[in-house]
Amino acid sequence: MPSDADPANWVDRYADYLYAYALNRLDDAELCRDLVQETFLAALERLGEFRGESSERTWLTAILRYKVIDLYRKRNASWLAESRTHEHQPEYFDLETGHWKQEWEPRPMRVDPEDPALQKELTAILKKCLERLPALWYSIFSMKHMDDTATEAICREMKISSANFWVIMHRAKVNLRACLQKEGL
Amino acid sequence: MRGIKKIIYDCHHATYLIEKGQHTPLSLKDRITLLIHLSACSVCRLFRRQSRLINQVMHGFFRASAGRGHSLDESIKREMQQKINERLLK
Repeated sequence: MPSDADPANWVDRYADYLYAYALNRLDDAELCRDLVQETFLAALERLGEFRGESSERTWLTAILRYKVIDLYRKRNASWLAESRTHEHQPEYFDLETGHWKQEWEPRPMRVDPEDPALQKELTAILKKCLERLPALWYSIFSMKHMDDTATEAICREMKISSANFWVIMHRAKVNLRACLQKEGL
Repeated sequence: MRGIKKIIYDCHHATYLIEKGQHTPLSLKDRITLLIHLSACSVCRLFRRQSRLINQVMHGFFRASAGRGHSLDESIKREMQQKINERLLK
């Protein structure tokens, strides 16, 4: 066992931090408690992988993040079987020229997005639109925005090429923007 | 570099560069391509603004409750540490 890891003090040092991290992303207290516990136990199994290159907290957070993403994916699994595949995505652009198709052209928002009174609604609608993305896009887009995770790390974890990563980020963004417009913003 | 006309028409490529550029520095060639496109295309300029807005909301979304002090009950923490200790002894 590497001397750097100190599981006997993990709960004291990191439980609250990890719990807050999970709660920020999942909004389910009981589930988050379980995830924190699972994170500690999973980390114990993988003590040999801890090299002391990152801090213990960073290492534990990375394990927890996997678990959060995994949950996202499971939540999406039922959708995957239905309509949330790439094939069912609309074509937003003309295949020949790359020009916007008229029906999908961005229009100015009908509301002022800077209005603080609207922030809550905007967040709720975006959340809804996010949940309609294909599961892989959802995971990648969330990971990138969640912690500003490095692109290389996401590609490694999700087993995709960097070119593929940007294609997905782009498609997800075009899709989300169109969704907001469709929802009346 | 591709023909100017092609660049000005290609909103698909321009929005791709907009998205990429919001996360990572673009190459000089890509920056010029995007500049040419945006100078001629108000729809993609609007896309860029709305794309930034989505990034902001996403950002706030994951940090919304960051300020709130979430903490676990002491009893739950003791239980957690106990489970860890049991595994350590195995």
